[in-house]
Amino acid sequence: MKTPRYVEIAVGIFVALGIAALVMLAMKVSNVAEVSLRNGYNVIARFDNIGGLKVRAPVTMAGVKIGRVTAISFDQDDFSAEVTLTIDARYDRLPADTSAAIYTAGILGENYVGLEAGAEEQTLTDGSEITITQSAMILERLIGRMFLEGIQK
Amino acid sequence: MNWVQPLGRGVIAMIERLGRANIFLFRVAGGLGECVTKPRLVIQQLYAVGVLSLQIIALSGLTVGMVLGLQMYNTLVDFGAESSLGPVVALSLVRELGPVLTALLFAGRAGSALTAEIGLMKATDQLSGMEMMAVDPLRRVIGPRMLAGWLSMPLLAGIFSAIGILGSYFVGIVLLGVDAGAFWSQMQARVDFFDDIVTGSIKSLVFGFVATWIAVFEGYDCSPSTEGVSRATTRTVVNTAFAVLSLDFVLTALMFGE
Repeated sequence: MKTPRYVEIAVGIFVALGIAALVMLAMKVSNVAEVSLRNGYNVIARFDNIGGLKVRAPVTMAGVKIGRVTAISFDQDDFSAEVTLTIDARYDRLPADTSAAIYTAGILGENYVGLEAGAEEQTLTDGSEITITQSAMILERLIGRMFLEGIQK
Repeated sequence: MNWVQPLGRGVIAMIERLGRANIFLFRVAGGLGECVTKPRLVIQQLYAVGVLSLQIIALSGLTVGMVLGLQMYNTLVDFGAESSLGPVVALSLVRELGPVLTALLFAGRAGSALTAEIGLMKATDQLSGMEMMAVDPLRRVIGPRMLAGWLSMPLLAGIFSAIGILGSYFVGIVLLGVDAGAFWSQMQARVDFFDDIVTGSIKSLVFGFVATWIAVFEGYDCSPSTEGVSRATTRTVVNTAFAVLSLDFVLTALMFGE
């Protein structure tokens, strides 16, 4: 008993379709196309308060996405948040005195890390630390301060 | 004390069935080598289980995606967030609806057919006939069906999700005028390959395994009569639906509930 031709063709089409669908999900729907990030380099930045920053948040410079936040941990020695930024290997000439700040996209949007270039000749390399940082703006604190100022007046 | 005995009998019968199902599974797994040496057995079953399910899966994926696009648009547009349509639809399809609905449709379309086929083989003594000829039905009949069902499910779920996303693209972009660039770019920004696509595929692998296991076991274990086959077919659909939905909760809690 031999398998009919049309059965083999149909199974072939089915398997090809299934794999094509999975590939489309991977390439078109998810972020797997950002493979270059996997061989990017890590830079550490310490913040007093990271607000709502989460792992996988974008890292931007001049508004262009150049990397992602890959780890966030708490440093017990100086009570700060240690944020690891993985930056695309293509961008390897960022000045060593680049500063980092946490911004919010829109008023209620996601937090992201914005980098601002410095002027130094030396560049950031794997493992180097960004020393000039600015914490996230916490909306509740701002409102609280506004109220306090209103009372004092 | 009259109600205690039936309760106990029921529980013992259930555990017995579970034990039989497990012994059955190990015996089938032991005979899977035959599927490697005779791949045409598996290809024939891939046709019966996978290719013939394609129609219902594609159609359901399309309508589910279109409905999802329409409903989400109506909710999101109130917040001016209709550009989030892409991630909302993609995440719900890839994480939940794709694997679960595919498994439920699979149980109705392919699982019931497997049970009825194997049950009738048993009722008409074909299985014992094979044993008489020293052909192990577990290797020859059950093994290829099990493997084909298990392999088909992730492919079918992938097709379901992909077509669903295309359906919501059609409704959202072509009919309702959401921006196409925002649709895809937000989707890519929010859907992670490992966290969403891979875990969704793991889900459908688990569901495929459980659904096929239940289907072939119910067929193999049914009482060899017309009534027994019909009852086993019903049980396949009901048990698979229950198993898939409860497993889905467990898997979701394990994989997404940090």
